[in-house]
Amino acid sequence: MDATVRAGEQVLAGLPPSPAVWGSGLAKRYGRRSAVDGVSLTVGRGEVLGLLGPNGAGKTSIIKMLLGLVRPDAGEVLLLGRPARDPRSRERVGYLPELFRYQPWLTADEVLALHVRLARARVPQAGRREALAQVGLADRAGDRVGGFSKGMQQRLGLAVALVGRPELVVLDEPTSALDPLGRADVRDLVLSLKARGVAVLLNSHLIGEVERVCDRVVILDRGRVAAEGTLAELLGQRELRMRLDGVTPAAQARMSATGEVTRSGAEFIVPLPAEDDGATVPRLVADLVALGVRVHAVEPGRITLEERLLGILRHGEARR
Amino acid sequence: MTILTVAGLTLRESARRKVLRALGVLTAVLLGLSAWGFAKLSSVQSDTGVLTSGEARLAASQVLNLVMFGYSLVAALGTAFLAGPTLAGEIESGMALAMLARPVRRSTVLLGKWLGLVAFGSGFVAVAGLAQFVVVRATVGFWPPDPVVGLLLLAAQTTVLLTLGLLLSTVVSPMASGVVAVGLFGATWVAGVVGGIGAAIGNDSVARVGTVSRMLLPTDGLWRGAMHAFQDPGALTAFGPAGAGFPFLSEAYPDLLYLAWVAVWVAMVGGLAALSFARRDI
Repeated sequence: MDATVRAGEQVLAGLPPSPAVWGSGLAKRYGRRSAVDGVSLTVGRGEVLGLLGPNGAGKTSIIKMLLGLVRPDAGEVLLLGRPARDPRSRERVGYLPELFRYQPWLTADEVLALHVRLARARVPQAGRREALAQVGLADRAGDRVGGFSKGMQQRLGLAVALVGRPELVVLDEPTSALDPLGRADVRDLVLSLKARGVAVLLNSHLIGEVERVCDRVVILDRGRVAAEGTLAELLGQRELRMRLDGVTPAAQARMSATGEVTRSGAEFIVPLPAEDDGATVPRLVADLVALGVRVHAVEPGRITLEERLLGILRHGEARR
Repeated sequence: MTILTVAGLTLRESARRKVLRALGVLTAVLLGLSAWGFAKLSSVQSDTGVLTSGEARLAASQVLNLVMFGYSLVAALGTAFLAGPTLAGEIESGMALAMLARPVRRSTVLLGKWLGLVAFGSGFVAVAGLAQFVVVRATVGFWPPDPVVGLLLLAAQTTVLLTLGLLLSTVVSPMASGVVAVGLFGATWVAGVVGGIGAAIGNDSVARVGTVSRMLLPTDGLWRGAMHAFQDPGALTAFGPAGAGFPFLSEAYPDLLYLAWVAVWVAMVGGLAALSFARRDI
């Protein structure tokens, strides 16, 4: 019997670790309005996943369902390999809510001590000081939270999410109350978490922030996943902007052979293939010149995440 | 462990917020006023001259019941308005989000809060009540016959009301839960008085108003038991059968069956609160 158990344990130990977050078929309705409709997502260990989408896309609802704060109408969640119904699944999870508020009658250090106790972790005072120092609150440890500005409370919320050596950190709009310097600090924090192999689920309106730190992005629209993939997959598309005149039907056909052409006046935009050997642009320009087109400007560019996001959301709207 | 952490947090909240200061001031005012009143009482002249020691004790015991009702009201108001914000307020403000995302069960958090509030309410009742007894002893020389039993019943009354406050705060806004809890407390007390009058005039259906309300919300039943512990044993014979209708005179202690019902009531309402809290989206 023991041998069987040991063999089983060995098999389990040999398996790759379960993802930090595994959510499948999540759905939630508020009255007649569907907030989340069949969303599945995975955050791998040590991966930084960005959640993007317009207001009301269901991002915060999804986060709350993952953390057991909101009961899903359907779907299943595993956190760090345990079903989310089991509170122990959250033992190594740090969370900064979108609506961050901490006991105003406690000091910053007492708030951290409270969360350490609730997380059943052991973090001595030095560790708590370090967490506060990480977010720039080292000299405010003994001050009551009631006297903190919004930005300072959000920083405290970050420290609360980071204290107790989490393996998964969920940050819901972590920079909403922060100044540009604070935003840069958060970016560095997420990157340092990533370097330590901590998985991060980041919900942010700031696309630039997401683009800089995330390995993968899930774009939500009206409670559904509109697109997802690595940044390379989502942004792999590059484009070529050209200012031309004397464009003949033959030249038009030559451009269309490269990709779907968008034209506004004399400006032509042609998408470029992701696997480009570097010869596509010179070859196209040479062919166009040979076809009698006069080329005034050629400007290759990369599609930004913002353009891609807007494209996906507008496309979704057009379909509706 | 989590229960004690949350209970400690609730106690610390009560101590650091203005509630404790407000309760302290109210208690001091009540103590001061009652000391003045009791001092005057001892020098009251009746038609036949100065009050006999028996009359003075009787009067003191009745006034003590009146003053203790004041404390029970303060304790009820204090805990009901603490119990409301502690859950509903934390959910509304977002304070509950970070805490409940920790590896804790909601029922454990609720039990911790309940325990903290019970400790706070009982602590207040014990300290304020004992201080009042000392004042009465010093001014008119009266010491209630069963102070410990009386204070325990008063603490039980506070516990009943705060349990109701917790249940309400899982479903309605913080202010509303406090207002409803205190409103129900007042209504039950009035129903108890009406029932007492019914008993005094021998009208069973009016008397039943008090009995039924005491079952639905056991605050008044416990309060009547507490009064019995505070009042002079001779009061009942002195007032005679007409005394049954007097709101600050109690005929008997609640029986064991009633106390068992109170325990079941608290467990039931607490269980409902836990169920409602566990199902709530935060």
